Amino acid sequence: MSLAAVASAGAILPNRRGRLGSLSDYFWRRPGVLVFLMLLPALLWLGIVYLGSLFALLLQSFFSIDEFSGLVNHEFTLKTYAELLRPQNLDIIIRTVVMAASVTVASAIVAFPIAYVAARYARGHWKALFYLGIMLPLWASYLVKVYAWKLILAKEGILNWTFEQLHLTWLLDAWLALPVIGGNSLSISYTGTFLVFLYVWMPYMILPIQAAIERVPTNLLDAASDLGATPRQAFWKVIFPLALPGVIAGSIFTFSLTLGDYIIPQIVGNSQFFIGQAVYSHQGTAGNIPLAAAFTVVPIVIMGIYLTLAKRAGAFDAL
Amino acid sequence: MTSAVSLQGVSRHFGLVKALDGVDLEVAQGEFFAMLGPSGSGKTTCLRLIAGFEQPTSGQIRIFGEAVEGVPPYRRNVNTVFQDYALFPHMNVIENVMFSMMLRKVPGPERLRAAEEALEMVKLSGYGARRPGQLSGGQRQRVALARAIVNRPKVLLLDEPLGALDLKLREAMQEELKALQQALGITFIFVTHDQGEALSMANRVAVFNEGRVMQVGSPEDIYRRPNSRFVADFVGSSNVLKPEFVDMLLGEKRWASLRPESIHVVKATTSGVSRLTGTVLTRSYQGATTRLGIDLNGTHIDAVVPSADDVPLAGDRVTLGFAKDAMHLMESAG
Repeated sequence: MSLAAVASAGAILPNRRGRLGSLSDYFWRRPGVLVFLMLLPALLWLGIVYLGSLFALLLQSFFSIDEFSGLVNHEFTLKTYAELLRPQNLDIIIRTVVMAASVTVASAIVAFPIAYVAARYARGHWKALFYLGIMLPLWASYLVKVYAWKLILAKEGILNWTFEQLHLTWLLDAWLALPVIGGNSLSISYTGTFLVFLYVWMPYMILPIQAAIERVPTNLLDAASDLGATPRQAFWKVIFPLALPGVIAGSIFTFSLTLGDYIIPQIVGNSQFFIGQAVYSHQGTAGNIPLAAAFTVVPIVIMGIYLTLAKRAGAFDAL
Repeated sequence: MTSAVSLQGVSRHFGLVKALDGVDLEVAQGEFFAMLGPSGSGKTTCLRLIAGFEQPTSGQIRIFGEAVEGVPPYRRNVNTVFQDYALFPHMNVIENVMFSMMLRKVPGPERLRAAEEALEMVKLSGYGARRPGQLSGGQRQRVALARAIVNRPKVLLLDEPLGALDLKLREAMQEELKALQQALGITFIFVTHDQGEALSMANRVAVFNEGRVMQVGSPEDIYRRPNSRFVADFVGSSNVLKPEFVDMLLGEKRWASLRPESIHVVKATTSGVSRLTGTVLTRSYQGATTRLGIDLNGTHIDAVVPSADDVPLAGDRVTLGFAKDAMHLMESAG
């Protein structure tokens, strides 16, 4: 527009977009309406579809199943929850929680240095390469990856072969001879299940930690060093507490994803059930929906306890 | 007496960029030393080399006579007040101040006492439980200061500590910093791009430009006897007079600096037209003084005169007058 045209216009410029323009003006005057409209789909989805079905599920867990007819008895009872405490069910819960906790701790330990290097040292092309390296596995189908791991971990797989070439088969055998975590081969042991979980959830741990470390200003490290902190002290007193919300965010992913997964333990591991598999079989073949629902409540409660403890430990103070 | 900080032929190159290029400096013990220069002149790099955040490409740095080559920051008895304070956001004020003592495992009660004393020195007693995020810029600045002085370092480095504060607060903090330095007797090295700040606070000033030290001297030396066109122009924006012009007035073909406030401006009479008669081009009122931009037959001269009723207007013909010794001849033609 020429300067002359602007100069000839009035103090208020004309509405250039008709009714749509009036709508913009309305939203500008009432920003609350716009926020409400933007939230509406999410509110409908989360509030009704998601929370609603969660509530329905919770309700199911307070019903019980008639052992003779196999029909659901729609009366309030805590009987189903008592059933969770039966040894075979308690075993499933403990097995799953221990696995989820180990996977979470291990992935935090493996992910932190990777995230640290990516956040602090990687620049330009290297950063792009980092993201590609982290995200690329997510592009492949989850099932393909799990089956690939089954082959890698199998007795005739590449891992066994590598150990053989290095004359370290005795080491692998010694590991597999260990009680609980061992087994006939890696692909049918808890160690195998653990390794696959670790691999599959790793990106969910790296990315939040990397984001958290990136938000720590470099001059805080200079300040720590200036005030006498050795690199080790600077890490534990400054970087780690500030990156902790990222670790917690990552651990929510790895922990809850492991708690709920029912595919990996079915393909890689011995045939012992995890919570996800128990839910799957109870609501499917066994037709015991109340018990399936009660099993589903377990991860929710565990996550609730976990987050409360994390908050109390000050994990979110740096947010 | 050994110098508090001594730099000999210190250079710091980043690839092809010479952030610092062959700098020699001696900072005396107990001195309030300012490093002044425009951004990118190397003053902050110089500070970071003394703190130990970076290593010189060549040359030697000594702190109280000890060569610090290869000594990491955490082993240097030097503390820094950072430009944006660098307070730890996950700790409250007192924890920030106690940080260094916590690392050295100073006993708890002693730690607390020292931290409270430091907070008192910066007038922040009673703020210990607050988080840095709950403080104003000026208060954060004070916490950073308390954290840096709590150990009584040999040298305190300040990297544009007042840069983010508004004018009133900055002026108050200048006075307080000066008083604090005198009370503590610690050597202060202060980086700033504000020449007023450097002149009013420091015992001595080093003027930096393009990675080199142009001049080191007392504020008065720097202001009244600049040794180069750069110093004359950067410190107090002097008129830098070309050798031809100086030759015409003094018969000596050298560069000279002439402070705007040492020029008298009177309205030109029609009869007496001298070589120092020109036309007022710009006129800006600055309160107590008025700044005039005057064209003197192709030479631009700035003059600062007291604001009064008879200050010439733009377009007026004026005659300039100044004492001969107000013109300071500069050694360097560069």
